[in-house]
Amino acid sequence: MGLDTILAMLLTVIAAATPLLLAAIGELVSEKAGVLNLGVEGMMLVGAVIAFATTVGTGSPALGILAAMIGGMVMALAFGVLTLTLMANQVATGLALTIFGIGLSSLIGADYIGTPVDKLASLSIPGLSDLPVIGPLIFGHDILVYLSVAITVAVAWFLKKTRAGLILRAVGESDLSAHSIGYDVIRVRYFAVLFGGLTAGLAGAYLSLSYTPMWVEGMTAGRGWIALALVAFASWRPWRVLGGAYIFGGVTILQLYLQGGGDIGIPAQVMNMLPYLATIIVLTVISAGPWRGRLDAPACLGKPFRPAS
Amino acid sequence: MALKIEARRQISTRMLYLTPFIAVAATVVAGFFVFMILGSDPVESLYVFFLSPFETKYGFSELCVKAAPLIMIAIGLALGYRANIWNIGAEGQLTVGAVCGGAVALAFWDEAGIYILPLMALAGLAGGALYAAIPAFLKTRFNVNEILTSLMLTYVATLFLSVLVFGPLKDPQGYNFPQSRMFTDSATLPIIWEETRLHLGFVVALAIAVAGWVLLSRSIIGFQIRTLGSAPAAARYAGFDRTRLTWFCLMLTGALAGLAGTFEVSGPIGQLVPNISPGYGFTAIIVAFLGRLHPLGIIGSGMLMALSYMGGENAQINLGLPQAVTGVFQGMLLFFLLASDFLVRYRVRVVKPAVEGI
Repeated sequence: MGLDTILAMLLTVIAAATPLLLAAIGELVSEKAGVLNLGVEGMMLVGAVIAFATTVGTGSPALGILAAMIGGMVMALAFGVLTLTLMANQVATGLALTIFGIGLSSLIGADYIGTPVDKLASLSIPGLSDLPVIGPLIFGHDILVYLSVAITVAVAWFLKKTRAGLILRAVGESDLSAHSIGYDVIRVRYFAVLFGGLTAGLAGAYLSLSYTPMWVEGMTAGRGWIALALVAFASWRPWRVLGGAYIFGGVTILQLYLQGGGDIGIPAQVMNMLPYLATIIVLTVISAGPWRGRLDAPACLGKPFRPAS
Repeated sequence: MALKIEARRQISTRMLYLTPFIAVAATVVAGFFVFMILGSDPVESLYVFFLSPFETKYGFSELCVKAAPLIMIAIGLALGYRANIWNIGAEGQLTVGAVCGGAVALAFWDEAGIYILPLMALAGLAGGALYAAIPAFLKTRFNVNEILTSLMLTYVATLFLSVLVFGPLKDPQGYNFPQSRMFTDSATLPIIWEETRLHLGFVVALAIAVAGWVLLSRSIIGFQIRTLGSAPAAARYAGFDRTRLTWFCLMLTGALAGLAGTFEVSGPIGQLVPNISPGYGFTAIIVAFLGRLHPLGIIGSGMLMALSYMGGENAQINLGLPQAVTGVFQGMLLFFLLASDFLVRYRVRVVKPAVEGI
């Protein structure tokens, strides 16, 4: 295996990891505030189709990305109104959000199937991007790849180092205490949920503008759910989400290379099962392994909160 | 004048059964605007979507054909959801059930006999139950969240079906199309209404709903399920075996979904194809909630969600709208239902404004 092959492989790992990272880091913030949003898949799909439609309509991928963020946030807002204001069951509402997102995205996208769009341009930095190996590996990506890492760094810093981050974690660990010392639990949770929608929208935009620059119904193919698993895999820690996303990206890509490496007697579909099986195995290992009991799930995750008036 | 929200001392039973109707009404109103945005006449579109299936014998029979799998799956889901066991992988269990039932049909393709259909049904039940046993085992042994495992297994099941119909189960005389042989008459469900596709499975679905109702309201295990969901502490104190109930609820749902899958391939489809279900396993989640997790309510909500499939097809044929309209309506309906559930637990009262400035 030559250097070029390894390089190409690493590039595809980055591409496969980016949507997972974007979706998972937003869900992490939401869960840190105590809200379990199972609608990631739906928000991603809506983000993907809106990014695509806007880019095709206006010719501007920047507007497409912006629209995807707004689309994801509107979806998250619907989830927030139901679960935070109307105190609906978070599991059921998250499922509803995904079902609705699948339907809405196919409806919007019906006219765009088969429409081509230019792949999101790479940011090229004169000089640096032309370096051998390091150039394409570090300086040859599009904006969303850099954004995914930047957001992760920012979230890690925000949660650990800032006062607002501390409040957000307090709301997720003990909503009653946070409320009794005067923080607006519901408002904090709204911000966290909206942030989750924003990054899920970005994750969708990456899929339809860069990963496979086209619109296909249900093109997220379960990535929203894998992102949810990633958050648990990472024990709700941003850096581990980053690591986990790249490991999962690697698993996704492994199947492509095993298939490309000649006929090894295994049907392609069996290889395609790998990411889903890997998710199950990983979930089992973290739930059963020696880490058990130190999983650090926010104490109020999934529980509705209503201030006593 | 101001609005005040108060928690009810007890949940309102009247509201509990009223909210599905509120949700349907809200969906129709929202649908009016959806059709308007899509640029088609809203009144005509709503008529085509919601009422035209009732006009013909064919339309009505198709409604029942589509309701059958939804009802069967939702009965199992409802039992689990009542006990806070969230199986959302019924679509995968349906697929594996269809594969198992279908494999029996293909194994006996050159034979005839009345024993073939019961064998297929058993295989479907067993296949679905065993597939659901995976999340049940992981949940009870390793405490792995069943939501994610059951859903991941759905993708695996779809790929598994695809391996089979592109490979070992492909019709040898099928010009290389990815589908199995057509099932023989012995492996096809009897039609119970002439000139339609309405098959015996619909009757079975209704019987399962009644059996589910008896199980839930009259049996010990039904009582344990209800207690586990509504008062987990009491259930623990009473010594109810949570592990056993988890196994029971997941395997039962899996078995019913597997049977529904077998009925799909031995009824309306008649062979194994890469796509067996238009998302029945997922739509059944909405059916369960809309039917208030009550087996008899599920019959009604199952018919209604079947209508949304028919409506989508009719909107595509008669109005040229994308069939995805179905999914939007289904999602909206569940949204509105969950939103109006607020009224079950809280009441909104108009109160006179308090004197300002104290």
